[in-house]
Amino acid sequence: MKFKVNGHEVFASTGGRPFDKKKPLIIFVHGSGLTHMTWVLQTRYFAFHGYNSLAVDLPGHGLSSGESLKSIEEMADWVSDVIDAVGHKEASLVGHSQGCLVTVECTSRYPNKIKTLSLMGGAGAIPMNAELLSLAENNDPKAVDLMMDWAHGPAGHFGGHPVPGLYHINTGTMLAKSRTIQNTLGVDFRACDNYKNGFEAAKKIKCPTLSILATDDKMCPVKEGKKLASLIDGSQVDIIDNCGHMMLLEEADRVLTVLKKFITTNYPPLSS
Amino acid sequence: MSDKKKELKPNTYKFDTLSLHAGYQPHKNAGSRQVPIYQTTSYLFDDVDHAAALFNLERGGHIYSRISNPTVGVLEERVASLEGGTAALATSSGMSAIFLTVMTLCEAGDHLVVSSQLYGGTVNLFRLTLPKFGIKCTFVKPRDTEGFKKAIQKNTKGIFGELVGNPGNEIMNMPEIAKIAHDAGIPLMVDATYQTPYLCKPFEHGADIVIHSLTKWMAGHGSSMAGILVEGGKFDWMQNDKFPTMTKPYEGYHGLSFAEEFGPTAFTMKARAEGMRDFGPCLSPQNAWNVLQGIETLSVRMKKHCSNAEEMVKYLSNHESVAWVSHPSVPDHPDHELAKKLLPNGRGSMIAFGIKGGKDAGVAFINNVKLASHLANVGDTRTLVIHPASGTHSQMDEATLKFAGLSHDMIRLSVGIEDIDDIKNDFEIGFRAARKPRLVSNQ
Repeated sequence: MKFKVNGHEVFASTGGRPFDKKKPLIIFVHGSGLTHMTWVLQTRYFAFHGYNSLAVDLPGHGLSSGESLKSIEEMADWVSDVIDAVGHKEASLVGHSQGCLVTVECTSRYPNKIKTLSLMGGAGAIPMNAELLSLAENNDPKAVDLMMDWAHGPAGHFGGHPVPGLYHINTGTMLAKSRTIQNTLGVDFRACDNYKNGFEAAKKIKCPTLSILATDDKMCPVKEGKKLASLIDGSQVDIIDNCGHMMLLEEADRVLTVLKKFITTNYPPLSS
Repeated sequence: MSDKKKELKPNTYKFDTLSLHAGYQPHKNAGSRQVPIYQTTSYLFDDVDHAAALFNLERGGHIYSRISNPTVGVLEERVASLEGGTAALATSSGMSAIFLTVMTLCEAGDHLVVSSQLYGGTVNLFRLTLPKFGIKCTFVKPRDTEGFKKAIQKNTKGIFGELVGNPGNEIMNMPEIAKIAHDAGIPLMVDATYQTPYLCKPFEHGADIVIHSLTKWMAGHGSSMAGILVEGGKFDWMQNDKFPTMTKPYEGYHGLSFAEEFGPTAFTMKARAEGMRDFGPCLSPQNAWNVLQGIETLSVRMKKHCSNAEEMVKYLSNHESVAWVSHPSVPDHPDHELAKKLLPNGRGSMIAFGIKGGKDAGVAFINNVKLASHLANVGDTRTLVIHPASGTHSQMDEATLKFAGLSHDMIRLSVGIEDIDDIKNDFEIGFRAARKPRLVSNQ
């Protein structure tokens, strides 16, 4: 579906179901340089089980218009604006990678709006490798190739996609190259690198929180994810073996099962 | 100690490694080093909710082997990885892959622009069968790049061709034809069976969908029929309103928009969800496994195929019984320079040559070679020969044969990987027999 936030058109996948204001809202926030499509193996399930599932494309990404937002703080405010724009008062947030920084910051800023927080491959800070940052800001496709290498664990490198016939690394590469690299990945990487408030923001979070981490995650290693989770009261942690940073695709089924249990328990669906 | 920083390099696996490993993880399959053959029709659901989620594309997984199968899935991922594609869908044959591609793309009332130099079965599909479904085609000679542009109509949904035409070895100028297609907002579909991804990766030259008959070089052993369509993932289905079945809510899956939900894999998802469900040209797991065995040695075989082919080109070019030789490695081949650009790892192992003495000589040659097999296949590890005018293209009338660039003296040779001296010795037997009728008639 398309709607406007701050005068710019936003695209969000509704998981194949019409948006229904009566249903509780889950917002999925993608990682650096990516799009709503990374969530396809989670969003459709929730959309067909009593929720409004909104996998947003951040401004300037995927099918959303406008320019990419330059800071995690701006993105956090934008997510709050999305909740308002679709006519809801509250939402459950799910973030991946950079999306974790965004949703942590958003939850700390708008504690009354956010009912649960789910973090996948999250950390309190994501400092960027200087060379990778430079490549992305200079529109070099090698930045995408490096990101795809580091972001994928064994399933990504060898294969074994949960959806038959799909090949992880090439699909991710095409997603990250679907818009101009320096305007998406370059801006996002800089925003991640600049963001220093993650740990402080985490301390303010009071809503039920889940962290899904992966043993082969090179972008946000388990110890960084655990450090973030340790600062959030009562945070649950689930660790997936033999899996990389793209756990939402590499181990989509496991992620969905854990996420389903967490969200339905803490933020029940509209019963049919 | 040097303080020079090491340059960052992606460590994703390269071609030869992907040929052996892509699409498969032993630890998820009881540690089985070899890909297991999942000889089953169907798969247990955890519960009713799980079943519903699989049917509704909410979760990935297998339901019924007509739609997907774990062994076939390994093959699909392996080929997608080798081609540089986002996704692939394997089928029971190369022809079913082409049919499924067209039926995923087109509806009744649509039009395609198609290269005229194609395998005979493909010509018949486009010329005779697709019109029965309301899909019309305009044929253009593969070297007539401008002709592809002129043939595009308002209802044209794509351009299709064989990268190197069968059997005449005419090469499509893929980068230029891709630009023509993309300027018109339509995809370029390329049958790259003759090349395999070892010789050419069409996505790097602008193709959007790549099709293979895996029966040929990819498998190599000539034991199993199989086909595949591979998606490049770059084509933007939402750029215009030409592809409503990709972009609009699809009734068959609760209003799913394939382009919105699946983006760079949308075409494959639709081909599987709709095409395999409704037409069902599924690949058997045994044949998928057989093809995987071939792909493991693809680069090794292709090098030998190409070196043997170049030796045969030299041999035939200097032979008294040969009127002409067509192979992209020959300097006076019209597409020699284009072949250098598109086929840097070798020009392939298909040779067409004209035998002096015409049809009778061709028949005598075919009937007398002993090592080369006379059959309707190409890309076997063994050397294969056929006389197209009386075999693969025999259902064409004279005018169609001429338009397809075929002549009665043409022999199609698929060079195998036997010892090159043995192939040449066998051909000498054939040529001697081919000369014999003329010697008799001259007396």
